Amino acid sequence: MLFYILKRLVYVTPVALGVSLVCFLLVHLAPGDPLSAVLPVDASQETIAEMRAAYGFDKPLPVQYAIWLWRVLHGDLGNSIATGRPVLSEVGRAVVNSLILASLATLIGFTFGTLFGFVAGYRRNSILDRLASMVSVFGVSVPHYWLGMVLVIVFSANLGWLPPTGAGPDGSGNWRPDFEHLRYIILPALTMSVIPMGIIARTVRALVGDILGQDFVEALRAKGLTEFGVFRHVVRNAAPTALAIMGLQLGYLLGGSILIETVFAWPGTGFLLNAAIFQRDLPLLQGSILVLAMFFVLLNLIVDVMQTALDPRIERA
Amino acid sequence: MSVGVIDPRDRGGPAQPLLSVTDLVKHFPIRKGFGEKKGRAVRAVDGVSFEALKGETLGIVGESGCGKSTTARLLMGLTERDSGDILFDGESVGGRALPWRSFRRQTQMVFQDSYASLNPRMTIEASISFGPRVNGIGAREAAERSRGLLARVGLEPKRFGGRYPHELSGGQRQRVNIARALALEPRLIVLDEAVSALDKSVEAQVLNLLLDLKQEFGLTYLFISHDLNVVRFICDRVMVMYLGRVAEIGPADTVLSRPSHPYTEALLASMPSLDPDRRTQEALLAGDPPNPIDPPPGCRFHPRCRIAEAVCAETEPPLDPVAPAHRAACLARQPNSGHSLSVARAA
Amino acid sequence: MAAPITAAAVTALAEGTPLPSVSPEAYVPSRGYWRHVGHKLSRDPVALAAAAVILLVVGVALFSPWITPMDPYKGSMLRRLRPIGDSTYWLGSDELGRDMLSRLMVGGRLSLFMGVTPVLIAFVVGSSLGILAGYAGGWINTILMRTIDVFFAFPSVLLAIALSGALGAGIFNAIVSLTCVFVPQIARVAESVTTQIRARDYVDAAKLSGASAFTIVRVQVLGNVLGPIFVYATSLISVSMILASGLSFLGLGVRPPEPEWGLMLNTLRTAIYVNPMVAALPGFAIFIVSISFNLFSDGLRSAMEIRQ
Repeated sequence: MLFYILKRLVYVTPVALGVSLVCFLLVHLAPGDPLSAVLPVDASQETIAEMRAAYGFDKPLPVQYAIWLWRVLHGDLGNSIATGRPVLSEVGRAVVNSLILASLATLIGFTFGTLFGFVAGYRRNSILDRLASMVSVFGVSVPHYWLGMVLVIVFSANLGWLPPTGAGPDGSGNWRPDFEHLRYIILPALTMSVIPMGIIARTVRALVGDILGQDFVEALRAKGLTEFGVFRHVVRNAAPTALAIMGLQLGYLLGGSILIETVFAWPGTGFLLNAAIFQRDLPLLQGSILVLAMFFVLLNLIVDVMQTALDPRIERA
Repeated sequence: MSVGVIDPRDRGGPAQPLLSVTDLVKHFPIRKGFGEKKGRAVRAVDGVSFEALKGETLGIVGESGCGKSTTARLLMGLTERDSGDILFDGESVGGRALPWRSFRRQTQMVFQDSYASLNPRMTIEASISFGPRVNGIGAREAAERSRGLLARVGLEPKRFGGRYPHELSGGQRQRVNIARALALEPRLIVLDEAVSALDKSVEAQVLNLLLDLKQEFGLTYLFISHDLNVVRFICDRVMVMYLGRVAEIGPADTVLSRPSHPYTEALLASMPSLDPDRRTQEALLAGDPPNPIDPPPGCRFHPRCRIAEAVCAETEPPLDPVAPAHRAACLARQPNSGHSLSVARAA
Repeated sequence: MAAPITAAAVTALAEGTPLPSVSPEAYVPSRGYWRHVGHKLSRDPVALAAAAVILLVVGVALFSPWITPMDPYKGSMLRRLRPIGDSTYWLGSDELGRDMLSRLMVGGRLSLFMGVTPVLIAFVVGSSLGILAGYAGGWINTILMRTIDVFFAFPSVLLAIALSGALGAGIFNAIVSLTCVFVPQIARVAESVTTQIRARDYVDAAKLSGASAFTIVRVQVLGNVLGPIFVYATSLISVSMILASGLSFLGLGVRPPEPEWGLMLNTLRTAIYVNPMVAALPGFAIFIVSISFNLFSDGLRSAMEIRQ
């Protein structure tokens, strides 16, 4: 097992390096001088040259990359152009809020997704199965930012039950686990949960159907195993894949939360990204994307290792 | 290293062999493990030498994994050989005189899986005329040749030409594959388990077709099979392979009735016989063949051989003559080899 | 569906010879693969309905300049946010008093264009890369696929937003970003399908006939790999539509006053307390088109699962 983890780590390193390279190049992809947002319009040639030297933009690209990577490895993601604060601390605060939202959404999506998936897989081609497959098609087809709006219209504008935006009362920037804050997280989390719900329902349905169709289940039934026993068997066989997909979905939600966070003004990474893009705050943009992508890479690694540990059928060579 | 290197000119005979293979080697490297210094390799073909005479059918037999299919793929250039020489009618294949392209035009192959060897998206007529088309024959002429060949292999062109592979039976598909091989007018056809997947009755029909075509087009066959009954029926000579090496080669009658290698003996004994009295009681061939990654030292067959002695684990037996036109790689059959049976025979 | 005429029958008719009289079961009508697929698809009501919706939306969007009931750009400050069912504005009016129905009809052009174009380009580029990697194998495969792995390390929404955020707003930049998101995904599918096909005996047989690698790919491989890649690509159109409109929703795609569903959804957000139904309309349009593409893609996939 340790050997397997090592092997995965060796494989992940070049991918992580590639990700850092893409993030680094993002800034250079941007049209115009990366400093244009900080420099005054009437800056003299000397000032521009001075600033370029100060930010290291006068050096050749590979050297800039090496310097940047070295800083990143030491936890220095540069300073936000807009606020002047270190990017790492800005991103760090936002990541916590995003992670809370994405985790809750994944949990809801996983719970209902497995429920629908199990029912559909057990009762193939029944009304319930069709309903479950409709739910999953809905989950992957609906523009979630629109779904968010619809929920706000229904539950905030019309019924007035839940607050439409923000993470807490009085524009609270940090989510806390109390009743007031809980009311704020319900709508965004529900909206977000629809995506993993559809995907997990679809996967679990296929898994359950496959397992029930296998010979050994017949054999177990023939041996007098109760339906509950069979059910336990199915769960044990479907769990590794379902959990792996749940892990990956958490990563997708965390990285893809920008649209939903914008709709609900949730103070997470998506909101931060939105601000970075429109203030042309390139260090902040670069830093947040790097953090999110690396988180996704790490999550993939963990899911891989966990799945291997849980599932004896996967060879660990 | 095989000692029994065959020099084609030494063999004499009225005609030059059509195909002459010397010391063919192919090792498939295995991915290096963590902390392993040296990469290991599957020794799929490990020094194989033989020749096929013009107009004969040479059978290649052995258990699965003995390297017979790899040998075929090496001959056709589908897999690149590590070393060894292939002479086709006296000219080195892949050399300046006979580049791969011209060699392939004279050599074709029929595969075991009749379905996988036909493109499911092409009509069978299109599949057959593909070869002539890429060799510069016009569409009309290629289609004509294709229909002619379909008729020759017993499939009415008008009925079958426009069909897709899934609309044919296994035997019909294999006839199409044979027609495709013939489309380039080859001199040598490698039949890699070409009838193994067919029903017994269909198999017989296809074998008879193959015999007729051989006569008609003056073909030479390399017939790879694990079925000794079929080999006995169709082959003039037989080569027995074991773990990437030649165990025995000689006339089909002799090798399959009075084998000189204990492995051939065991193969024959494990063959299901229709005559109950001839069924052997003891299993002569126990267990699976050893791993071709680490073949046993000395004679590769010795761990499973019923007449193995200490010397067999030390000395690698050369492929030496045991009778005219019959060679075997067994110390027991070779004079002064140190094997207890060898002295008796040498005397 | 009428029984298709076999190629053999065509040949026979062309040569003026009578068809051989054989028993009906011996004379199996020969059908190409795509005919099978078309036949199966024509019996799938869900896929047919989805295709009809897509055709309708595409048709309306294409002809919208000639068939809109009102000028989609001309607003009226006096008649803002009229409700659905209004006598002049059938689907209400937006925050600047422009006719919603007209804007939705015209808006479909950009939404569809921005949703479909990236997948189309990515289909061409990704298939080419994937087939190259799959057929060539070896170090070419390693380099291409390891590079693609890097792009897989980004969730697709994040990658699209990162790229278009860095490139800046605009239709062209949005299409470029979305193409970059889908190329790796399609290339990976193309590579895996091609790797499977390359190992087939008929590819070996084609090699033995002396055909060049290019000819083999063109004649023997393409016909077998493009189908599965195409199905995969159609399943991406739905994602692409949602993402493209999402970019406009964020202000990274189409700019006002151009009508586009995502952008309309954004500008109408302020109206959710005044006229929620109208505000939700553009999103509903995205949803309908997206689910239709998904259902059609599902139907196509199951129609193509023919065990031959």
